[in-house]
Amino acid sequence: MLTPDIAMTYSGMGPDFRVLVDRARKLAHTNYKRIYNEYPPIRIMVQELAKVMQASTQSGGIRPFGVSLLVGGYDEHSDSFQLYQVDPSGSYFPWKATAIGKTAVSAKTFLEKRWNEDLELEDVIHVALLALKESVDGELTGENLDISVISEPQEHLLGFKGTDMTGPRVKKLSAEEINDRLDAL
Amino acid sequence: MSDPSSINGGCAVAMVGKDCIAIACDLRLGNQSLSLANNFEKVFPFGDKTFLGLTGLASDVLTLKEDFRLKHNLYKLREEREIEPETLANLVSSSLYERRFGPYFVGPIVAGLHSKTNKPFICGFDLIGCIDFAKDFIVSGTASDQLYGMCESLYEPDLEPEDLFETISQALLNAVDRDALSGWGAVVYIVTKDKVVKRVLRTRQD
Repeated sequence: MLTPDIAMTYSGMGPDFRVLVDRARKLAHTNYKRIYNEYPPIRIMVQELAKVMQASTQSGGIRPFGVSLLVGGYDEHSDSFQLYQVDPSGSYFPWKATAIGKTAVSAKTFLEKRWNEDLELEDVIHVALLALKESVDGELTGENLDISVISEPQEHLLGFKGTDMTGPRVKKLSAEEINDRLDAL
Repeated sequence: MSDPSSINGGCAVAMVGKDCIAIACDLRLGNQSLSLANNFEKVFPFGDKTFLGLTGLASDVLTLKEDFRLKHNLYKLREEREIEPETLANLVSSSLYERRFGPYFVGPIVAGLHSKTNKPFICGFDLIGCIDFAKDFIVSGTASDQLYGMCESLYEPDLEPEDLFETISQALLNAVDRDALSGWGAVVYIVTKDKVVKRVLRTRQD
Protein backbone atom coordinates (compact mmCIF):
# COMPACT_ATOMS: atom_id res chain seq x y z
CA MET A 1 0.00 0.00 0.00
CA LEU A 2 1.41 3.36 -1.11
CA THR A 3 -1.49 5.60 -0.09
CA PRO A 4 -4.85 4.60 1.42
CA ASP A 5 -6.28 4.28 -2.12
CA ILE A 6 -3.24 3.01 -4.08
CA ALA A 7 -1.34 -0.28 -3.86
CA MET A 8 1.28 -1.96 -5.99
CA THR A 9 2.95 -5.30 -6.58
CA TYR A 10 5.88 -6.43 -8.68
CA SER A 11 7.63 -9.08 -10.63
CA GLY A 12 11.41 -9.24 -10.53
CA MET A 13 13.91 -8.39 -7.81
CA GLY A 14 12.36 -8.13 -4.34
CA PRO A 15 14.91 -5.74 -2.81
CA ASP A 16 14.50 -3.29 -5.71
CA PHE A 17 10.75 -3.32 -5.18
CA ARG A 18 11.13 -2.46 -1.48
CA VAL A 19 13.29 0.51 -2.43
CA LEU A 20 10.61 1.69 -4.87
CA VAL A 21 7.87 1.32 -2.26
CA ASP A 22 9.85 3.50 0.16
CA ARG A 23 10.49 6.08 -2.58
CA ALA A 24 6.86 6.14 -3.66
CA ARG A 25 5.52 6.57 -0.13
CA LYS A 26 7.92 9.44 0.51
CA LEU A 27 7.21 11.13 -2.84
CA ALA A 28 3.47 10.89 -2.21
CA HIS A 29 4.01 13.18 0.78
CA THR A 30 6.86 15.53 -0.23
CA ASN A 31 5.59 16.16 -3.76
CA TYR A 32 1.89 16.13 -3.06
CA LYS A 33 0.29 15.70 0.35
CA ARG A 34 2.45 18.29 2.11
CA ILE A 35 1.45 20.80 -0.60
CA TYR A 36 -2.22 20.04 -1.27
CA ASN A 37 -3.12 18.16 1.96
CA GLU A 38 -4.54 15.28 -0.09
CA TYR A 39 -3.06 12.08 -1.49
CA PRO A 40 -1.89 12.03 -5.13
CA PRO A 41 -4.24 10.57 -7.74
CA ILE A 42 -3.00 7.23 -9.08
CA ARG A 43 -1.87 8.69 -12.42
CA ILE A 44 0.37 11.20 -10.65
CA MET A 45 1.73 8.45 -8.37
CA VAL A 46 2.54 6.27 -11.38
CA GLN A 47 4.26 9.20 -13.12
CA GLU A 48 6.44 9.78 -10.05
CA LEU A 49 7.41 6.09 -9.97
CA ALA A 50 8.11 6.08 -13.70
CA LYS A 51 10.28 9.18 -13.23
CA VAL A 52 12.38 7.40 -10.57
CA MET A 53 12.76 4.32 -12.75
CA GLN A 54 13.62 6.33 -15.88
CA ALA A 55 16.22 8.36 -13.98
CA SER A 56 17.95 5.16 -12.88
CA THR A 57 18.51 4.20 -16.52
CA GLN A 58 20.54 7.33 -17.22
CA SER A 59 22.24 8.12 -13.89
CA GLY A 60 25.90 7.22 -13.47
CA GLY A 61 27.03 4.54 -11.03
CA ILE A 62 23.68 2.83 -10.56
CA ARG A 63 21.84 0.10 -12.46
CA PRO A 64 18.19 0.25 -13.55
CA PHE A 65 15.51 -1.19 -11.25
CA GLY A 66 15.03 -4.91 -11.93
CA VAL A 67 11.27 -4.91 -11.57
CA SER A 68 8.04 -4.43 -13.45
CA LEU A 69 5.23 -2.95 -11.39
CA LEU A 70 1.47 -3.29 -11.31
CA VAL A 71 -0.06 -0.23 -9.63
CA GLY A 72 -3.75 -0.27 -8.82
CA GLY A 73 -5.87 2.40 -7.24
CA TYR A 74 -8.99 4.45 -6.97
CA ASP A 75 -9.19 7.95 -8.45
CA GLU A 76 -11.50 10.28 -6.56
CA HIS A 77 -11.80 12.90 -9.28
CA SER A 78 -12.99 10.56 -12.02
CA ASP A 79 -14.63 8.15 -9.53
CA SER A 80 -12.91 5.21 -11.23
CA PHE A 81 -10.60 2.29 -10.45
CA GLN A 82 -7.41 2.17 -12.50
CA LEU A 83 -4.56 -0.26 -13.15
CA TYR A 84 -1.11 0.65 -14.48
CA GLN A 85 1.98 -1.30 -15.48
CA VAL A 86 5.39 0.35 -15.07
CA ASP A 87 8.49 -1.11 -16.73
CA PRO A 88 12.19 -0.68 -15.77
CA SER A 89 12.62 1.72 -18.71
CA GLY A 90 10.18 4.11 -17.09
CA SER A 91 7.42 3.58 -19.62
CA TYR A 92 3.96 2.98 -18.21
CA PHE A 93 0.63 1.71 -19.57
CA PRO A 94 -2.96 1.78 -18.34
CA TRP A 95 -4.74 -1.60 -18.46
CA LYS A 96 -8.12 -3.14 -17.78
CA ALA A 97 -6.39 -6.42 -16.88
CA THR A 98 -2.82 -7.57 -17.38
CA ALA A 99 0.00 -9.72 -16.07
CA ILE A 100 3.76 -9.22 -15.67
CA GLY A 101 6.66 -11.62 -15.21
CA LYS A 102 7.85 -14.93 -16.62
CA THR A 103 4.44 -16.22 -17.70
CA ALA A 104 2.93 -12.88 -18.60
CA VAL A 105 2.25 -13.82 -22.21
CA SER A 106 0.14 -16.90 -21.46
CA ALA A 107 -1.57 -15.18 -18.51
CA LYS A 108 -2.54 -12.25 -20.72
CA THR A 109 -3.93 -14.59 -23.37
CA PHE A 110 -6.00 -16.20 -20.61
CA LEU A 111 -7.23 -12.83 -19.32
CA GLU A 112 -8.16 -11.80 -22.86
CA LYS A 113 -10.56 -14.74 -22.96
CA ARG A 114 -11.96 -14.49 -19.44
CA TRP A 115 -12.07 -10.80 -18.59
CA ASN A 116 -14.95 -8.46 -19.39
CA GLU A 117 -16.13 -5.04 -18.25
CA ASP A 118 -18.94 -6.13 -15.90
CA LEU A 119 -17.22 -8.73 -13.71
CA GLU A 120 -18.00 -8.38 -9.98
CA LEU A 121 -15.27 -8.29 -7.32
CA GLU A 122 -15.55 -12.01 -6.46
CA ASP A 123 -15.52 -12.84 -10.19
CA VAL A 124 -12.27 -10.95 -10.87
CA ILE A 125 -10.59 -12.60 -7.88
CA HIS A 126 -11.71 -15.92 -9.35
CA VAL A 127 -10.37 -15.05 -12.80
CA ALA A 128 -7.10 -13.75 -11.33
CA LEU A 129 -6.60 -16.99 -9.36
CA LEU A 130 -7.35 -19.09 -12.44
CA ALA A 131 -4.83 -17.06 -14.46
CA LEU A 132 -2.25 -17.55 -11.71
CA LYS A 133 -2.94 -21.30 -11.47
CA GLU A 134 -2.44 -21.75 -15.20
CA SER A 135 1.09 -20.40 -15.04
CA VAL A 136 2.35 -21.58 -11.64
CA ASP A 137 3.79 -25.09 -11.36
CA GLY A 138 3.87 -25.35 -7.55
CA GLU A 139 0.80 -25.61 -5.28
CA LEU A 140 -1.23 -22.43 -4.65
CA THR A 141 -2.03 -21.79 -0.98
CA GLY A 142 -3.06 -18.82 1.13
CA GLU A 143 0.43 -18.89 2.61
CA ASN A 144 2.43 -18.47 -0.61
CA LEU A 145 0.11 -16.02 -2.35
CA ASP A 146 -1.07 -12.45 -1.70
CA ILE A 147 -4.30 -10.83 -2.81
CA SER A 148 -5.19 -7.17 -2.27
CA VAL A 149 -8.54 -5.73 -3.24
CA ILE A 150 -9.14 -2.03 -3.85
CA SER A 151 -12.85 -1.38 -3.58
CA GLU A 152 -15.14 0.43 -1.12
CA PRO A 153 -13.64 2.41 1.81
CA GLN A 154 -12.84 0.07 4.73
CA GLU A 155 -13.97 2.05 7.76
CA HIS A 156 -12.81 -0.66 10.21
CA LEU A 157 -9.22 -0.36 8.96
CA LEU A 158 -9.05 3.33 9.93
CA GLY A 159 -8.25 2.51 13.55
CA PHE A 160 -10.36 5.34 14.99
CA LYS A 161 -13.91 6.65 14.86
CA GLY A 162 -15.77 9.93 15.09
CA THR A 163 -14.19 11.88 12.21
CA ASP A 164 -15.45 12.55 8.70
CA MET A 165 -12.41 10.75 7.27
CA THR A 166 -13.04 7.80 4.97
CA GLY A 167 -11.20 4.52 5.46
CA PRO A 168 -8.53 3.13 3.15
CA ARG A 169 -9.77 1.36 0.02
CA VAL A 170 -6.82 -1.03 -0.06
CA LYS A 171 -7.45 -4.28 1.80
CA LYS A 172 -5.18 -7.34 1.93
CA LEU A 173 -6.95 -10.67 2.11
CA SER A 174 -5.90 -13.00 4.94
CA ALA A 175 -4.52 -16.51 4.28
CA GLU A 176 -7.88 -18.00 5.30
CA GLU A 177 -9.81 -15.72 2.96
CA ILE A 178 -7.51 -16.74 0.12
CA ASN A 179 -7.78 -20.44 0.96
CA ASP A 180 -11.58 -20.19 0.93
CA ARG A 181 -11.43 -18.85 -2.60
CA LEU A 182 -8.83 -21.42 -3.70
CA ASP A 183 -11.09 -24.22 -2.43
CA ALA A 184 -13.91 -22.83 -4.56
CA LEU A 185 -11.84 -22.96 -7.76
CA MET B 1 3.16 53.75 10.33
CA SER B 2 5.72 51.52 8.66
CA ASP B 3 3.59 48.42 9.06
CA PRO B 4 3.88 46.79 5.62
CA SER B 5 0.37 45.39 5.68
CA SER B 6 -1.22 48.84 5.98
CA ILE B 7 0.96 51.00 3.71
CA ASN B 8 -1.07 50.53 0.54
CA GLY B 9 -4.48 49.90 2.11
CA GLY B 10 -7.36 47.85 0.75
CA CYS B 11 -9.65 45.09 1.89
CA ALA B 12 -11.59 42.04 0.74
CA VAL B 13 -14.53 39.99 1.98
CA ALA B 14 -16.17 36.66 1.06
CA MET B 15 -19.57 35.20 2.01
CA VAL B 16 -21.43 31.91 1.66
CA GLY B 17 -25.04 31.86 0.43
CA LYS B 18 -27.42 29.10 -0.65
CA ASP B 19 -25.48 27.09 -3.28
CA CYS B 20 -23.49 30.23 -4.06
CA ILE B 21 -20.64 32.38 -2.78
CA ALA B 22 -19.67 36.02 -3.12
CA ILE B 23 -16.25 37.59 -2.94
CA ALA B 24 -15.58 41.33 -3.08
CA CYS B 25 -12.78 43.86 -2.69
CA ASP B 26 -12.20 47.61 -2.87
CA LEU B 27 -10.15 49.21 -5.65
CA ARG B 28 -7.86 51.61 -3.80
CA LEU B 29 -4.08 51.62 -4.00
CA GLY B 30 -2.31 54.28 -1.98
CA ASN B 31 0.90 55.35 -0.34
CA GLN B 32 -0.01 56.00 3.30
CA SER B 33 -2.71 58.70 3.07
CA LEU B 34 -2.00 59.56 -0.58
CA SER B 35 -4.33 57.66 -2.92
CA LEU B 36 -2.63 56.65 -6.16
CA ALA B 37 -5.03 54.43 -8.14
CA ASN B 38 -8.69 53.47 -8.18
CA ASN B 39 -8.33 50.37 -10.38
CA PHE B 40 -6.32 48.03 -8.16
CA GLU B 41 -8.33 44.79 -8.07
CA LYS B 42 -7.52 42.35 -5.29
CA VAL B 43 -9.62 39.36 -6.37
CA PHE B 44 -8.29 36.92 -8.98
CA PRO B 45 -10.00 33.94 -10.66
CA PHE B 46 -8.45 30.45 -10.60
CA GLY B 47 -10.58 28.36 -12.92
CA ASP B 48 -14.30 28.86 -13.41
CA LYS B 49 -15.65 28.84 -9.88
CA THR B 50 -12.67 29.48 -7.59
CA PHE B 51 -11.36 32.92 -6.52
CA LEU B 52 -8.42 34.20 -4.51
CA GLY B 53 -8.51 37.60 -2.77
CA LEU B 54 -5.18 39.16 -1.78
CA THR B 55 -4.95 42.22 0.49
CA GLY B 56 -1.92 43.79 2.13
CA LEU B 57 1.35 45.06 0.67
CA ALA B 58 0.64 45.78 -3.01
CA SER B 59 4.00 44.47 -4.25
CA ASP B 60 3.41 41.16 -2.45
CA VAL B 61 -0.15 41.03 -3.80
CA LEU B 62 1.20 41.29 -7.36
CA THR B 63 4.04 38.81 -6.71
CA LEU B 64 1.71 36.21 -5.18
CA LYS B 65 -0.92 36.71 -7.87
CA GLU B 66 1.70 35.75 -10.47
CA ASP B 67 3.12 32.96 -8.29
CA PHE B 68 -0.28 31.32 -7.90
CA ARG B 69 -1.06 31.83 -11.58
CA LEU B 70 2.11 29.84 -12.35
CA LYS B 71 1.27 27.12 -9.82
CA HIS B 72 -2.31 26.94 -11.05
CA ASN B 73 -1.20 26.56 -14.68
CA LEU B 74 1.30 23.81 -13.76
CA TYR B 75 -1.42 22.09 -11.72
CA LYS B 76 -3.80 22.14 -14.70
CA LEU B 77 -1.14 20.63 -16.97
CA ARG B 78 -0.31 17.85 -14.48
CA GLU B 79 -3.83 16.94 -13.42
CA GLU B 80 -5.69 17.78 -16.64
CA ARG B 81 -8.49 19.41 -14.66
CA GLU B 82 -9.32 22.57 -12.70
CA ILE B 83 -8.15 23.02 -9.09
CA GLU B 84 -10.76 22.68 -6.34
CA PRO B 85 -11.18 25.54 -3.83
CA GLU B 86 -10.06 23.31 -0.91
CA THR B 87 -6.96 22.27 -2.83
CA LEU B 88 -6.12 25.88 -3.74
CA ALA B 89 -6.54 26.83 -0.07
CA ASN B 90 -4.02 24.17 1.00
CA LEU B 91 -1.67 25.24 -1.79
CA VAL B 92 -1.86 28.87 -0.61
CA SER B 93 -1.25 27.72 2.96
CA SER B 94 1.84 25.64 2.18
CA SER B 95 3.23 28.32 -0.16
CA LEU B 96 2.94 31.01 2.52
CA TYR B 97 4.40 28.78 5.25
CA GLU B 98 7.45 28.18 3.04
CA ARG B 99 8.24 31.84 3.82
CA ARG B 100 7.61 31.37 7.56
CA PHE B 101 10.57 33.53 8.65
CA GLY B 102 10.37 36.20 5.93
CA PRO B 103 6.71 36.28 5.06
CA TYR B 104 4.72 37.97 2.30
CA PHE B 105 2.69 40.74 3.98
CA VAL B 106 -0.70 39.64 2.72
CA GLY B 107 -4.09 38.53 3.98
CA PRO B 108 -5.41 36.05 1.43
CA ILE B 109 -8.97 34.71 1.22
CA VAL B 110 -10.22 31.85 -0.95
CA ALA B 111 -13.82 31.40 -2.08
CA GLY B 112 -15.33 28.99 -4.58
CA LEU B 113 -17.70 26.19 -5.46
CA HIS B 114 -16.61 22.57 -5.84
CA SER B 115 -16.36 21.79 -9.57
CA LYS B 116 -18.67 18.74 -9.39
CA THR B 117 -20.77 19.01 -6.20
CA ASN B 118 -20.99 22.84 -6.25
CA LYS B 119 -20.50 22.84 -2.48
CA PRO B 120 -19.59 26.37 -1.32
CA PHE B 121 -16.19 26.84 0.29
CA ILE B 122 -14.59 29.92 1.83
CA CYS B 123 -11.55 30.41 4.04
CA GLY B 124 -9.02 33.02 5.07
CA PHE B 125 -5.35 32.97 6.07
CA ASP B 126 -2.88 34.92 8.17
CA LEU B 127 0.35 36.05 6.51
CA ILE B 128 2.17 32.76 7.24
CA GLY B 129 -0.61 30.55 5.93
CA CYS B 130 -2.65 29.46 8.95
CA ILE B 131 -6.09 28.62 7.52
CA ASP B 132 -9.26 30.05 9.03
CA PHE B 133 -12.14 27.85 7.83
CA ALA B 134 -15.50 29.60 8.10
CA LYS B 135 -19.11 28.63 7.43
CA ASP B 136 -20.40 32.19 7.00
CA PHE B 137 -17.97 34.97 6.01
CA ILE B 138 -14.29 35.88 5.86
CA VAL B 139 -12.83 39.39 5.99
CA SER B 140 -9.32 40.70 5.33
CA GLY B 141 -7.39 43.96 4.91
CA THR B 142 -7.14 47.38 6.57
CA ALA B 143 -10.93 47.62 7.02
CA SER B 144 -11.21 44.14 8.55
CA ASP B 145 -12.43 45.45 11.94
CA GLN B 146 -15.18 47.44 10.21
CA LEU B 147 -15.99 44.46 7.94
CA TYR B 148 -16.35 42.16 10.94
CA GLY B 149 -18.85 44.61 12.44
CA MET B 150 -20.85 44.94 9.21
CA CYS B 151 -20.84 41.20 8.46
CA GLU B 152 -21.80 40.21 12.02
CA SER B 153 -24.86 42.46 11.80
CA LEU B 154 -25.95 42.04 8.14
CA TYR B 155 -25.11 38.36 7.42
CA GLU B 156 -27.72 35.64 7.51
CA PRO B 157 -27.32 32.05 6.28
CA ASP B 158 -28.72 30.56 3.02
CA LEU B 159 -29.19 33.81 1.10
CA GLU B 160 -30.10 33.60 -2.59
CA PRO B 161 -27.49 35.05 -5.02
CA GLU B 162 -29.32 38.42 -5.45
CA ASP B 163 -29.74 38.90 -1.69
CA LEU B 164 -26.16 37.78 -1.05
CA PHE B 165 -24.96 40.44 -3.52
CA GLU B 166 -26.92 43.11 -1.64
CA THR B 167 -25.57 41.93 1.73
CA ILE B 168 -21.91 41.73 0.74
CA SER B 169 -22.09 45.04 -1.13
CA GLN B 170 -23.61 46.92 1.81
CA ALA B 171 -21.14 45.29 4.21
CA LEU B 172 -18.17 46.31 2.06
CA LEU B 173 -19.40 49.82 1.18
CA ASN B 174 -20.22 50.81 4.74
CA ALA B 175 -17.00 49.28 6.07
CA VAL B 176 -14.68 51.07 3.64
CA ASP B 177 -16.38 54.40 4.35
CA ARG B 178 -15.09 54.08 7.91
CA ASP B 179 -11.53 53.27 6.78
CA ALA B 180 -9.27 55.98 5.32
CA LEU B 181 -7.07 53.43 3.54
CA SER B 182 -9.87 51.54 1.75
CA GLY B 183 -12.54 52.48 -0.79
CA TRP B 184 -12.25 54.35 -4.11
CA GLY B 185 -14.49 51.85 -5.88
CA ALA B 186 -15.37 48.21 -5.30
CA VAL B 187 -15.80 44.95 -7.22
CA VAL B 188 -18.15 42.10 -6.32
CA TYR B 189 -18.16 38.56 -7.77
CA ILE B 190 -21.29 36.44 -7.31
CA VAL B 191 -20.59 32.78 -8.09
CA THR B 192 -23.41 30.27 -8.71
CA LYS B 193 -23.17 26.78 -10.21
CA ASP B 194 -23.61 27.90 -13.81
CA LYS B 195 -22.83 31.62 -13.74
CA VAL B 196 -20.31 34.13 -12.41
CA VAL B 197 -21.44 37.77 -12.26
CA LYS B 198 -18.88 40.54 -11.75
CA ARG B 199 -20.25 43.92 -10.70
CA VAL B 200 -18.29 47.16 -10.24
CA LEU B 201 -19.83 49.32 -7.52
CA ARG B 202 -20.03 53.13 -7.45
CA THR B 203 -18.75 54.36 -4.11
CA ARG B 204 -17.81 57.60 -2.35
CA GLN B 205 -14.68 59.02 -3.96
CA ASP B 206 -13.14 60.66 -0.87
